[in-house]
Amino acid sequence: MRWLTWISLPVLALLLAAVVQTAGSVEAPLSPPAAVPEAQRLDAAVEQLNQHFQQRWQQAGLQPVAHADELTVFRRISLALFGCVPALAEIKAFEQDQQPNRLDRWIVRMLQDERFGRYFADRLARSLTGVEQGPLFIFRRDRLRDWLAEQLLADASWGRMTRDLIAAEGLWTDQPAANFITIARMENEELDETKLAGRTVRAFLGQRIDCAQCHDHPFDPQWQQPHFEGLAAWYCQATVSLAGVTDFDRDKADQPVVYRITEPGRDNQAGRTVDPAVPFNADWLPTTGSLRSRLAAWVTHPQNRRFERAIANRIWGLMVGRPLQDPVDDLPHPEDSAAPDALDLLGAEFRQRGERLSVLIRLIALSQPYQLSSESTEQDVLLLRQQQQQWAVFPLVRLRPEQVIGSLFQAGRVRMVDQNSHPLIRFQKLTSENDFIQEYGDAGEDELNPQSGTITQSLLKMNGRFTAESLKVDLLSGPAEVLQLSPDDTAVIENSFLMCLTRRPAAAEQQYFLEQLKDNRKQAVEDLFWALFNSPEFSWNH
Amino acid sequence: MESLMTDRRGVLQRLGTTGLSFLLPCMSQAAAGRRGNDRPASLIVLWMNGGMSQLETWDPHPGTVSGGLTKAISTSAQGVQISHLLPKMAEQMHECLLIRSLHSKEGDHERGAAFVRTGYNPEPTLSYPTLGSVIARQLPQASLQIPPYILLNPRIPVPEGGYLGNEWNAFRVFRPGEKVANLTATVPDERLQRRLQGLDVVGREFARRRPLAEQLTLQQDLTRRAVQMMQSEQLAAFQLDEEPATLQDSYGRTDFGRGCLVARRLVETGVRVVEVTLPGFDTHISNHEGHITQCQILDPAMSALLHDLRQRDLLQSVIVLCISEFGRTPRINPADGRDHWPGWFSCVVAGGGFRRGAVLGATSAEIPTGDPPGPQDPISVPEVYATILSQLGIDGSQEVITPVGRPIRFASATPNLRLLHSGS
Repeated sequence: MRWLTWISLPVLALLLAAVVQTAGSVEAPLSPPAAVPEAQRLDAAVEQLNQHFQQRWQQAGLQPVAHADELTVFRRISLALFGCVPALAEIKAFEQDQQPNRLDRWIVRMLQDERFGRYFADRLARSLTGVEQGPLFIFRRDRLRDWLAEQLLADASWGRMTRDLIAAEGLWTDQPAANFITIARMENEELDETKLAGRTVRAFLGQRIDCAQCHDHPFDPQWQQPHFEGLAAWYCQATVSLAGVTDFDRDKADQPVVYRITEPGRDNQAGRTVDPAVPFNADWLPTTGSLRSRLAAWVTHPQNRRFERAIANRIWGLMVGRPLQDPVDDLPHPEDSAAPDALDLLGAEFRQRGERLSVLIRLIALSQPYQLSSESTEQDVLLLRQQQQQWAVFPLVRLRPEQVIGSLFQAGRVRMVDQNSHPLIRFQKLTSENDFIQEYGDAGEDELNPQSGTITQSLLKMNGRFTAESLKVDLLSGPAEVLQLSPDDTAVIENSFLMCLTRRPAAAEQQYFLEQLKDNRKQAVEDLFWALFNSPEFSWNH
Repeated sequence: MESLMTDRRGVLQRLGTTGLSFLLPCMSQAAAGRRGNDRPASLIVLWMNGGMSQLETWDPHPGTVSGGLTKAISTSAQGVQISHLLPKMAEQMHECLLIRSLHSKEGDHERGAAFVRTGYNPEPTLSYPTLGSVIARQLPQASLQIPPYILLNPRIPVPEGGYLGNEWNAFRVFRPGEKVANLTATVPDERLQRRLQGLDVVGREFARRRPLAEQLTLQQDLTRRAVQMMQSEQLAAFQLDEEPATLQDSYGRTDFGRGCLVARRLVETGVRVVEVTLPGFDTHISNHEGHITQCQILDPAMSALLHDLRQRDLLQSVIVLCISEFGRTPRINPADGRDHWPGWFSCVVAGGGFRRGAVLGATSAEIPTGDPPGPQDPISVPEVYATILSQLGIDGSQEVITPVGRPIRFASATPNLRLLHSGS
């Protein structure tokens, strides 16, 4: 058994290191984030956005509900940016920070956190490439995700990222943006131009035109079948080979590569040729460059309102759980004559400040609708729906699977699970996430669509190993630390509520659980965490 | 036309009183006692994961290059021959309708499975529900305390509910015949009660501040139903302890064999749709040897299931469908394997009023060059599904408005009467 001892030693060492890391006070030494420089403040844009919503409420005859407390808003932001509830250490530090402009300062800090880069990159990758496995070897989701995370943490321009994705050249490993193209390679080794066209318009312009592959868009006359074919034609010169993604060299080829469509049942077997075209404002197209780079320039053109409206709607969706206009990628054509709506206001500030996603995130988080409470005494379903549709109350939105397991994992620990955590804990988090989502069910590509709950999910949360591991009072666990380090039972309950629900217990809750703690404290704390994990409040954004 | 868009007024009618009265008594179960037509109809799908070769199973071409080493044997259905690798099924073919002319455009596993499981070509902007989800939703069963749609030994990660919503996803059981994961509390009953009381206290506080919005989440309703399931006597349907050893032997002591036996117990309990997966059909290498192994698992299990259902007078009300995402190429590749072939493939349907001892469609033994000509008497997957729906009393032409505002029918084809006993 000597070999077992040798193998166990490093594991033991890792465990001990993790224990040392987790030991200490419940109070965390997180310092307050620095002030946001004046030039980066968004006060005027926030005010403009708030006025827009106030007018909307007035016109609809609605009274917005009261503001939520800042801790609730902090929870929303943590769920949106990190995919989990805030750690107890963060909550304590946030509450201790009494300097002005607290929320914005904390958001700015969160946007520089590796957890944001990784989590938000996952969300963007879904909108860019869906959830399918893609062709083996030549599609590397991990590389695309890492690249997106780097760009997010560098606060890069979304316009530039979009151009990199559409016009990417090179190997899918060296030039990770190229994976946006390689996922469309078919079994016959050719690229599916129609898939790329559909994805481009959905991801970057917020419009579902895939139906126009076969017929005109049923609701929007802007998008007809020829438009779809013309857009697909921009990708006709792209090819995937061992050299990576390249465009056919038109100068060297005997004949230029053109986009040809063959239709079953037609005599013309050679098919018909379709020229690259855009459905509107062809004057935005540059006259030189590869076909894809010209398309990329048109998509991101400063006057293409669809571009900023699409990303503003998606970021709103990721912040709240529900897009401003539903579905997230089927926006109506923006009328030139109409007064600017919320998407336009968000989009204008986004454009003005370097097309950075961080601007949209902060602007949304600081706006009045985002800060409203989800508490409403409305008793009529239709009136409540109207309140929610007009954003006069914060909607209850079911957490996505990765947010549930992310929160379950974080709430079982006192400190942040981040890049500074012990490798063992980070590895455990990664495997837990994958296994949990497999059992719980993935939200799929359209993760911003409303999702209903299932009995399988309830059973998994009640009886599954993930819950059991997170609530166990043992050597490394958060519940054990809470029990050991809280000065009395009142503090035990308060810390447990903060860890799981980011709020303090109400009087009735405090009283009930104090009574429970009188007997077997260890069991009572585990049972308290079980109740909190399984509560509706834990599994919903509110 | 039914809308799935926003109106959830009906939701409130489904809710009981506020708060959590978790300890509901189990309802009496009468479904298990009923036989023949006088019982709720069900569907059992035997899913051959990876792409079953039609040439080594239901559509052999012995003595030809494309037929490979597979021989054909006569069956209990007059004039019907199948592969010699399925001798036990040969004795059950008088119960079955064999369709040799299914066809598809999808030669990729993910897309092929999406098409065959839903009857719709996969689309990037709309996720279709599987046949099982449609049936489970359209045929509610009030006395059922366990889920109406269950996957045994599943391999496909794609959710089944599609535009109908997650609530119509299947319940997944990974090791059929063994204790089902997460169905049992991790603590004794008394402690579970304490935990539920604590949950009630926390839940009430959240609901107090937003009563209607909280009710509309249905979260407490889900918890109540989960607890009810944990306490239900119907869970016994997942276990095989009560089944005689000889019967278990006849199904085969494999995950798939146990799955088929559990499937029978589940439909007896009133479950609407059970899908049992047999993985391992993606035989790009050594196809014949691969199918020898696969058929050794499939043959006893499927034949025992059909025999067992007949013995129990359940074959009138239970439809059994054996199907795959596509077939395999007529050409044998240099690795002695067969590759993906959506051009034509076979399925077997039994019970529920479908024709017995018959064959529809035929395929050529020629190895196609260029564009394949297609099977003779082609039958489409959507036709088969529309017919199954109609036999279960569901109108496949009914339209629902999907969450993106697009009207869609449950079935994209109309029932084919030639598939039915009365239409023969």
